[in-house]
Amino acid sequence: MMSIFYYDKTFDGLLSVVFDAYKIKYFPQALLGEGDVEPMFMERGHTTVTDPNKSDRVWAALCKKLSKQALNHIHHVWQSERPEADYLIFRYIRKVIDSPHSIETDFTDEDVMSMLQLAKKVSKDTMHLIEFVRFQKTKENIFFSPVAPDYNALPLALHHFIDRFADQQWALYDIRRGYGFYYNLQRVEEITLPDENTLINGNINPMLLAEDEQKFQKLWRNYFKAITIVERINKRQQRQHMPARFWHLLPEMQN
Amino acid sequence: MKESLLHKLTILAESAKYDVSCSSSGTTRSNKAGAIGNTSGWGICHSFTEDGRCVSLLKILLTNFCLFDCAYCVNRRSNDIERVAFTPRELAELTIEFYRRNYIEGLFLSSGVIKSPDHTMEKMLRVVKDLRTLYHFNGYIHMKTIPGASQELVHQAGLYADRLSVNLEIPLEQDLKLLAPEKDHQSVYKPMHYIQQGMVQNLEDRRKFRSAPRFAPAGQSTQIIVGAAKDNDKDILHLSSALYQRQSMKRVYYSGYIPVNTYDKRLPVVKDPCLKRENRLYQADWLMRFYQFNANEILDDKNPYLDLDMDPKLAWAIRHPERFPVDVNTADYATILRIPGVGVKSAKMIIMARKHGRLNLDGLKKIGVVLKRAQYFITNNELSHYTIHEATPEYVKSVLRDTPLLPSPAQQQLSFGFTE
Ligand code: SF4
Repeated sequence: MMSIFYYDKTFDGLLSVVFDAYKIKYFPQALLGEGDVEPMFMERGHTTVTDPNKSDRVWAALCKKLSKQALNHIHHVWQSERPEADYLIFRYIRKVIDSPHSIETDFTDEDVMSMLQLAKKVSKDTMHLIEFVRFQKTKENIFFSPVAPDYNALPLALHHFIDRFADQQWALYDIRRGYGFYYNLQRVEEITLPDENTLINGNINPMLLAEDEQKFQKLWRNYFKAITIVERINKRQQRQHMPARFWHLLPEMQN
Repeated sequence: MKESLLHKLTILAESAKYDVSCSSSGTTRSNKAGAIGNTSGWGICHSFTEDGRCVSLLKILLTNFCLFDCAYCVNRRSNDIERVAFTPRELAELTIEFYRRNYIEGLFLSSGVIKSPDHTMEKMLRVVKDLRTLYHFNGYIHMKTIPGASQELVHQAGLYADRLSVNLEIPLEQDLKLLAPEKDHQSVYKPMHYIQQGMVQNLEDRRKFRSAPRFAPAGQSTQIIVGAAKDNDKDILHLSSALYQRQSMKRVYYSGYIPVNTYDKRLPVVKDPCLKRENRLYQADWLMRFYQFNANEILDDKNPYLDLDMDPKLAWAIRHPERFPVDVNTADYATILRIPGVGVKSAKMIIMARKHGRLNLDGLKKIGVVLKRAQYFITNNELSHYTIHEATPEYVKSVLRDTPLLPSPAQQQLSFGFTE
């Protein structure tokens, strides 16, 4: 027999689930989204209504008990969007709340370790964005880059790009998830591109590019070739650090 | 497209590529209003060339024209090659355009020696100053210091660059004099010393005035060419260890000699670059910087060369069975660090995790300890008692040799991404 909580599959919703569970002293064995098909042997279903008052209180409680790094891990795991992620976070938070002392360094605990490992994967994906984004300048002077991270890591990388490229307009677009962010020199807004002429096969339509864009790509490609030391060729190592799945977005890897 | 720019870029990148001291780590600086760029503390690689090396900075010479005649260098005076030079404006613009596209973390500027070391430094400074003041570039800048440069110019460079470096290139002075007649160790150590002084002075200034401009906040680095002269690994490691005594010295880079001037009879004949040896030196360097080893422990007069089949940490452990087995549940951090199969990260995790209860083999595995290696060096009641003493050092050596434990230099840089 399974006890189930339903919620709206938002992060605030998940924290509200935690709040409810402690309030009614009843803990789910699975979490489902509203409208998900219910399993056959269901014991009891509770539907949590997302409420910022509840989620804020839970988050505040976590802030008291966890380091900044561990709080970050929770965000990373959430952004993984893995089906098991929300219930993993739920179990982790329960352990944090129930234990009189900090559990975040108990690396022999399965949930602590699973959190760490999944957070690490998402963090790596975020790093790959920071490394391998390649902006292309459009006629309207916007530096644009399509991206295709494995996890929903784009929001986690935003801060880096905002700080670094504060004096240029730019946009990052997740072609896998069909949304992105645009920075207009003041703030960042979320965007979707309705016009299918903007992107062709996941890359920006060449008609939209600034006149000198090809020139700089060519310079970069040449530079990239010129600094290779032929006596030390090691393509295995190249692939290891720069997995082939990113190559289609890198001008230096196009001939 | 201006064909000449492409042409210059190609030539001046090709002549800069052998300098390996190229990372962008060491400074964290967020953006300023109206400026472009920040620096991130840990180096970010933006690409990897076919040789597997990280591309982080635009590594380039201002010019490949050179007065000097160093035997190991493509740009030496007596080589008949095409000589070109960038204007400061060309180079600054190229840096900015590459940076805006997220190709690079910043600039690594070097140059052949034109007229005199100081004249060259002035030319290079023009580029770096323009980038900072005219283009409001706030990203990473690494500037080479030309051997023989004056204190005044080194000082100015430090006010604009994040990192400065003077390359030692040849570890033993008599070899340097033979191979690079215009250079001696003094011409290298003096600017190194100016950099050190600049940093110490700056620390003091900033204590008094918090707004005092920072001087080379990412410190200095240097490069040693491996295998171009008769030096052994012990000479090299002891030299590095002495260099690391200066607190401003952040990295010593090792570059396996690649024969570019085969006609020069002063140089050894080599078929392949000694990449294995270079890698072992990086591992040994890593041990000195992060594993609390000193150079004497790694190599001495009896063992002047690193074992090519074994990483230096394992080699040390096998030479010192009396230091094992170690009980991970009670030993201190420094002792745990010395166990083969345990890295810096897992050692730290062991210390934290054991507060929650006894660590068993499964726990160690979860933490990331490589048990295949560690098993001979730890005490443990789950394994049948088979440590390095029962197994004998010879046996352990035969089963564990040549399985690289420490990451390669390129990976080291990447791994900083997560360990904050
Ligand atoms: S001074 Fe530098 S560029 Fe000139 S020959 Fe010597 S190593 Fe090469």
